[in-house]
Amino acid sequence: MSAAPATRTERMIVAAARELAGKRVCFVGVGLPNIAVNLAQRTVAPELELVYESGVYGARPGRLPLSIGDPTIVTGATAVTSMLELFGYYLQGGRVDVGFLGAAQIDRYGNINTTVIGDYAHPRTRLPGSGGACEIAIDAREVFIVMRQSARSFVERIDFRTSPGNLGGGEAAARLRAEQGWTGHGPSVVVTDLGVWRFGTDGEMVLVSLHPGATLDEVRGATGWAPAIAPDLRPTPEPEPEELRLIREELDPAGLYTR
Amino acid sequence: MSGSKVATMRDAIAALVRDGDSVAIEGFTHLISFAAGHEIIRQGRRDLTLIRMTPDLIYDQMVAAGTASGLVFSWLGNPGVGSLHAIRRRTEGDAPTLALEEYSHFGMVGRYTAGAMRLPFFPLRSYFETDLPAANPRIRPIRSPYGDELVYAVPPLNPDVTIVHAQRADAAGNTQIWGLLGCQKEAAFAADRVIVVVEELVDEAVIRADPNRTAIPGVIVDAVVVEPFGAHPSYSQGHYDRDSRFYVEWEAISRDPERLDAWLREWVHDLPDRAAYREKLGPETLARLRPTGSAPSGSVDYGRYG
Repeated sequence: MSAAPATRTERMIVAAARELAGKRVCFVGVGLPNIAVNLAQRTVAPELELVYESGVYGARPGRLPLSIGDPTIVTGATAVTSMLELFGYYLQGGRVDVGFLGAAQIDRYGNINTTVIGDYAHPRTRLPGSGGACEIAIDAREVFIVMRQSARSFVERIDFRTSPGNLGGGEAAARLRAEQGWTGHGPSVVVTDLGVWRFGTDGEMVLVSLHPGATLDEVRGATGWAPAIAPDLRPTPEPEPEELRLIREELDPAGLYTR
Repeated sequence: MSGSKVATMRDAIAALVRDGDSVAIEGFTHLISFAAGHEIIRQGRRDLTLIRMTPDLIYDQMVAAGTASGLVFSWLGNPGVGSLHAIRRRTEGDAPTLALEEYSHFGMVGRYTAGAMRLPFFPLRSYFETDLPAANPRIRPIRSPYGDELVYAVPPLNPDVTIVHAQRADAAGNTQIWGLLGCQKEAAFAADRVIVVVEELVDEAVIRADPNRTAIPGVIVDAVVVEPFGAHPSYSQGHYDRDSRFYVEWEAISRDPERLDAWLREWVHDLPDRAAYREKLGPETLARLRPTGSAPSGSVDYGRYG
């Protein structure tokens, strides 16, 4: 008996998890990043140390934490710290390899908005705000972004810059990060429900793989600028049955994230 | 016992929380004193400036109940679920009626820390190349006195009242916490008045047997309230789990103002105290939230000297 085919959300989670192969210390964000990182720890990155902003280093969650402050991230962890230590020593101290972020809006340079849609003083939609995202974007060695893609989320101009990416272009951003002593090199990959994007030296994201079932027309329709497409664009490899089993049976049996 | 600070929630809130106060009910997902928030609603406090890194359901409820005129925060949402709709209704559109002052998480932690240490600011490497300093002019760049390096500064935060939930305290207010520590310690040291609410009141000897676990010393505590299950629907590590089912249900309750008012009536105004809330939750809910097993720490030997 074969399992149901992968949904787009499952493809996004599996692709994001696979990006963590070989990584060591990862700062976990709420929502989709949370399930991707927990999948990675069970598959491609068993040595991954999960860092939660709530003050946990080296979490070994026994179930998928619904929030980033779930009691399951404490029991069996390497360390529980105050938030001052977590943000001060671990993150700003430069000990975090990968920061995993979600976003409501992103631009071609990987700058992120999670604060408001519309004008700041009179917003059409009030979003959660920074949380730890602003410092993760500055201090984590590299940043992975996982989010659903649409013309409303992939926009020419974000309404508010909560977390800096490659600013207005790659060279200037790299210079500024170096001058101001940021430990982070900025965003390195964006995984969506349509494909995987990486960043060129000009700082702009380039579509490098397309999930099976998604089309380039669809990507263009869901991108608020004329997107750069890699000349050697490939299909994203299919999820393995074991990855799907882990998502469906262990990590998200209720389908909170994936349905 | 002499020097006991043990009080009922009603008396502690009546004595220590006043209209117009700035109030921090801290606890990062863990140990959020819903019991204190509900008593503040029942006593009809007004014009409070509510302070929390993550306002969570408790401040959505307190804002809906009309207790607040301002909110100081760093992440405004229903963690893992969605939005806080009562707060959104007062902050979106042409005429917002709730004053917002927002930071990042590290900014809020730094503010409490500076407040606790009586420093004029806390420096951090966040905020560069973001719109946050424009949105909140209290986030300001400063140059290092030892070179050209630029960092950002946030101002100290000194709440009139900080309220924290904890696993246990003695009658003098010496308070021990395990699991997520959030920034309860910083928020308590920064405050003018402090209320601790605990699952369990213990003998002073229990505290002294494990001094590494003490987060808050009684000397800064004004009242100790004993309120088992007082953090529900958040949780107390080792006692009960986070009621994620209720966090999910809150999305629909909070979205509908009439339903939210009915919820406040049923679960806050019409109940005299937390004991009645606990009884109303019922044994099935309490049983559902028990940890699935035990995970004791190995004990350490501090040694006896002299």
